Amino acid sequence: MSALNLVIVRWAERLPGWRPMLTDLRGWVVPLLLLALLETFVRSGVLPAHQMPAPSQVAQTLYGLAQSGELWRHLSASLARVSAGFTIGAVLALVIGTWVGLSRRAEAYLEPTFQALRAIPSLAWVPLLLLWLGIDETPKIVLIALGAFFPVYLALLAGIRNIDRKLVEVGRLYGLSPLALVRRILLPAALPNLFTGLRGALSLSWMFLVAAELIAATRGLGYLLSDGRETSRPDLVIAAILLLALLGKLSDSLLKAWETRALRWRDSYQGGEDGA
Amino acid sequence: MSALLKLQNIHKAFADVRVLEDVSLSLAAGEVVGLLGPSGCGKSTLLRIAAGLDQDYHGGLQLDPLLTFAGGRGVVFQEPRLMPWLSVAQNVGFADGRGADGSWVEQLLRDVGLQGRGAALPKHLSGGQAQRVAIARALYGKPQVLLLDEPFSAVDAFTRMKLQDLVVDLAARYEVAVLLVTHDLDEAFYLSDRVLILGGTPSRLQRELAVPLVRPRDRRCAELAHLRGEALTELFQSKGPAGISSDSTGLLSPLQLSDDRCLTK
Repeated sequence: MSALNLVIVRWAERLPGWRPMLTDLRGWVVPLLLLALLETFVRSGVLPAHQMPAPSQVAQTLYGLAQSGELWRHLSASLARVSAGFTIGAVLALVIGTWVGLSRRAEAYLEPTFQALRAIPSLAWVPLLLLWLGIDETPKIVLIALGAFFPVYLALLAGIRNIDRKLVEVGRLYGLSPLALVRRILLPAALPNLFTGLRGALSLSWMFLVAAELIAATRGLGYLLSDGRETSRPDLVIAAILLLALLGKLSDSLLKAWETRALRWRDSYQGGEDGA
Repeated sequence: MSALLKLQNIHKAFADVRVLEDVSLSLAAGEVVGLLGPSGCGKSTLLRIAAGLDQDYHGGLQLDPLLTFAGGRGVVFQEPRLMPWLSVAQNVGFADGRGADGSWVEQLLRDVGLQGRGAALPKHLSGGQAQRVAIARALYGKPQVLLLDEPFSAVDAFTRMKLQDLVVDLAARYEVAVLLVTHDLDEAFYLSDRVLILGGTPSRLQRELAVPLVRPRDRRCAELAHLRGEALTELFQSKGPAGISSDSTGLLSPLQLSDDRCLTK
């Protein structure tokens, strides 16, 4: 690994303009090696092709899905569910978390209930949601919202409780109203925690999306997964997994870019010993 | 001169521990008053009461109507307490948020020697610079009174001297009265017109020393050294078991000039 690292660093030194891109390439080394290895094993017959399709086979399946328009149909269905569920869950958590964070009384009334609800594995809600809300879009979005709520709520509460009392005092000095205090001091100060919570919530949203779609759906990536299992097509399953990974990573990167922008002011340890 | 701010017979206890007993002081327009005492004597508590941050006390707080609106009393704490997510300029204009008066902020930044740094973030400032921003923020509301809670104790000696001169300068220019809490004898006498010494348990006002020297003052001035000595004696005595009753408060008689750099008023 160190020899390869050296090669990349050397190239980066020779082409200073390409430097950030080249150093970013380091992350690609392991997956590409694994893919090449897999392709060789499947082609040479070491692994049975009907169970473990070659990467090229998966790529073909994906291309076929894209050609027929199926791909977009599944992707858009899943994306719509995740964005709706995540947004609803996060906004509710933002409102309730701020309220509980501000008021000791609200905390006394609501915290124990939330702690108890949180202890229920969210997937246990699925049968109940199906009974109550049918097999429409609603139960899926509710389930995702449920999954997104708690990480945001907990992170925000912890963030508000950790705020330096001295900054809040400055707010009192200027006679800020409770609402202005929230907007101008509490939320900005809790923002680092809030982003951690949002990112956790987003990855949970994808998880619950798959759970919801595996159980009852006619479209979406989860449906693609179960369809692939029922028709004995591992290439379809792996294609769906790849798409999920891609979407999960992409949405997290978006959130992370937003986080970096919003938290530019933060003066914290950024990790040492990189240089290259 | 009528008092802008008057604390009358303040009693304050934390849980069952009495901290302040029957402390009264007043601050007239344009006056610089130093409040001196050992750590833990309740001088910061007294300042917080004056700032309106501590409502849990017995006694009276009389304010000139000009001081009652938000920002009418500018406060500088021991730490800068800047909002780390706001730029320097936004911090200075914090009282008005987005509606802050940009040219006034600019003027204040120039006053504290940070012109052109308005867009910087607090994390890019040194401790002394951050405290300058805090001073500018305190002055933003055009206050009649500045309340300073050991504002220079966290910076190095050289920066401290520069900040002290800056505050005296600005207080004179904008005609702001200053109540300065400090444990630093040099600072108290160099800056103040009157120095009040707080001591004993629970704390009472032990003595009031006038500093009849014109500004700009010379830090090396022998009279300052003499006053410092007086205060030191007082602080040591007030630790003694007998304590000193508040009626021993008296103004120091005018001193002979021992140094021709110092001029009596």
